[in-house]
Amino acid sequence: MDHDDLLGAYRRLRLLREFEERTRVEFQTGQIAGFTHLYAGMEAIAVGVCEHLTDEDRIISTHRGHGHCLAKGCDPAAMMLELWGSTDGLCRGKGGTMHIADFSRGMLGANAVVGAGAPIAVGAALASAMTGGTWVAVSFVGDGGTNIGSVYEAMNLAVVLQLPKIFVIEDNGWGEMTPIANATGNRDLAARAAAMGMPAVAVDGVDFFAVHAAAGEAIARARRGGGPSTLVASAPRFYGHHEGDPQLYRSREEIADLRRREDCLPRFIERVTTEGSLTAAELAAVDADIVRIMDDAVAKAKAGPRPVPGDVFDHVYARYR
Amino acid sequence: MTIKSMRDALNEALHHEFERDPRVFLIGEDVGGFEKDGQPVEIGGVFGVSKGLYRKYGRKRVIDTPISEAAIIGAASGAALCGMRPIAEIMFADLTAVCFDQIVNQIAKFRYMFGGQCACPVVIRMTTGGGRNAGAQHSQTFYPIFTSFPGLKIAVPSNAYDAKGLLISAIRDEDPVLFFEPKVLYTEKCEVPDEAYAIPFGEAAMPREGEDVTLVAFGQSVNWAVQAADELRKTRGIRCDVIDPRTPSPLDEETILESVAATGRLVVIDESPPRCGLTADIAALVADKGFRDLKAPIKTVTAPHTPVPQARELERAYLPNPRRIIAAVEEVLA
Ligand SMILES: Cc1ncc(C[n+]2csc(CCOP(=O)(O)OP(=O)(O)O)c2C)c(N)n1
Ligand SMILES: [Mg+2]
Repeated sequence: MDHDDLLGAYRRLRLLREFEERTRVEFQTGQIAGFTHLYAGMEAIAVGVCEHLTDEDRIISTHRGHGHCLAKGCDPAAMMLELWGSTDGLCRGKGGTMHIADFSRGMLGANAVVGAGAPIAVGAALASAMTGGTWVAVSFVGDGGTNIGSVYEAMNLAVVLQLPKIFVIEDNGWGEMTPIANATGNRDLAARAAAMGMPAVAVDGVDFFAVHAAAGEAIARARRGGGPSTLVASAPRFYGHHEGDPQLYRSREEIADLRRREDCLPRFIERVTTEGSLTAAELAAVDADIVRIMDDAVAKAKAGPRPVPGDVFDHVYARYR
Repeated sequence: MTIKSMRDALNEALHHEFERDPRVFLIGEDVGGFEKDGQPVEIGGVFGVSKGLYRKYGRKRVIDTPISEAAIIGAASGAALCGMRPIAEIMFADLTAVCFDQIVNQIAKFRYMFGGQCACPVVIRMTTGGGRNAGAQHSQTFYPIFTSFPGLKIAVPSNAYDAKGLLISAIRDEDPVLFFEPKVLYTEKCEVPDEAYAIPFGEAAMPREGEDVTLVAFGQSVNWAVQAADELRKTRGIRCDVIDPRTPSPLDEETILESVAATGRLVVIDESPPRCGLTADIAALVADKGFRDLKAPIKTVTAPHTPVPQARELERAYLPNPRRIIAAVEEVLA
């Protein structure tokens, strides 16, 4: 990665983090409605993958979708407006936190039904293959979501049809309040995917560079017609399953310890500053800029136009009746 | 007798039945807990309905599962076929779509298709309905669709007292029961006896009585109907029967037809969309069997024929409310 790529990656990582920190604050003031799942702690996965993608490439996200949206280039203000339920939000207030989408960016939606995105993304990859495209489709699914049967149906179909499809499994060790050990018989998630007949690797999802390298390989393979792959990346979830989750199932110390040891941002900073590829001043300038962007996004969201009752009938069909 | 929330009332029902019948077990996502350093860590359900069960009965009877709805329902029904009394939990009614086959082609059919050889006494508990801005995939009711399947029984409590008695009946029933818990009502409170009691299926409740108009409502809509009835009585002297069928299947047709015979006017209320739903079903029942009693056309108050929108203003516009019910009552009285 050259200097600009590195700075761009840092910018995105910081944006994802700040977006969630601000969402958390605003959620606590009662501004944001709905079950809100924060991506903080897992930023290196979305950014490490999406840095390889263009607007033409498609992704499908999960209930924990803010990070994937931002990594794919969605406008933070338009996302914040959606969290606020404004008609200027990306889905005009119809979707909210669990359903942010921006088709102009190849972001085919966050999805509140666990596992549902994997087969849909296979269809996106099928469209690419059928139209001779060079674009790829990526689905994100959590470790818990890998126990949904249709994820394996999707994997098998992608293998059989040799589609340009990447399955990214985000292993944060938890499905809501249940630890992975209680829910997943074979903890080796890459092996489970490999058993379907495709290359599958597991990387440290806290290490941006590890994710970036592995994703680059899988995406390049898909682009040249080499078929699907799975990438398993493990990273912690810093906050509760959703905002308002009191986290009685893990201790404060455990969470503080994760923050100390498994934070992708300090890891990234340490590496680039040690190597001398980015300076502290450059990073500080990005940080200041991101704060400004988030202030602006929240201000816009607060002032955003509100829906009116008749809007419920928009977008049910191409034409209603 | 004490004041209890619907969450606590349901929790008591589970405790009573676990105690009473060793064949009863609970299976679902996050319903129990896990061991950490040899110590139990309780989850007790994401809405807290099953708290205390894991501590008391352990993983043997309080089974946390992977996120695998089809496997949860399949496992529950297979165990029921072999003599167990499973209670399966699906976190949101919307997610039954992931295990629809297991419910409607399998569980609903076993007794009939196998010529009465077997029973499949499984209870499937789930949260239902809107009001929490949870968006299009976590706010649907789904009980109308399931009501259309013969072989399934459907319960939708509207208050803590009914919730406890209906859940106990559901667990003791010889047939499969889909039990819908309106998620906004978990914190709503009323008087609930401490001891176990069963409310029979197919018997409507009548939270308000009056001779002018019949209101039939389901789930959380019952509370809006009661508010509307109280308001109409106070401000206009209009008296309404408010009927809560409690179990859409089996349905207490008699109570509805008797009420309409007395009032001659009917408004049916449900938060589901209007097509092929419970409001159309009740309207058809009365048109078929009580037409001559009617003094005015039947009115329904429902959600629009749209998915559930997320933004606060939009969900508010989507859901029925007392004001819309009052307007419908005025129409049938005009
Ligand atoms: C099919 C389905 N089952 C259950 C749920 C409820 N639910 C929402 S998120 C979640 C946990 C998902 O865990 P995981 O896939 O590991 O993602 P994470 O939340 O850890 O990012 C569950 C059970 C759902 N939305 N969809
Ligand atoms: Mg997880």
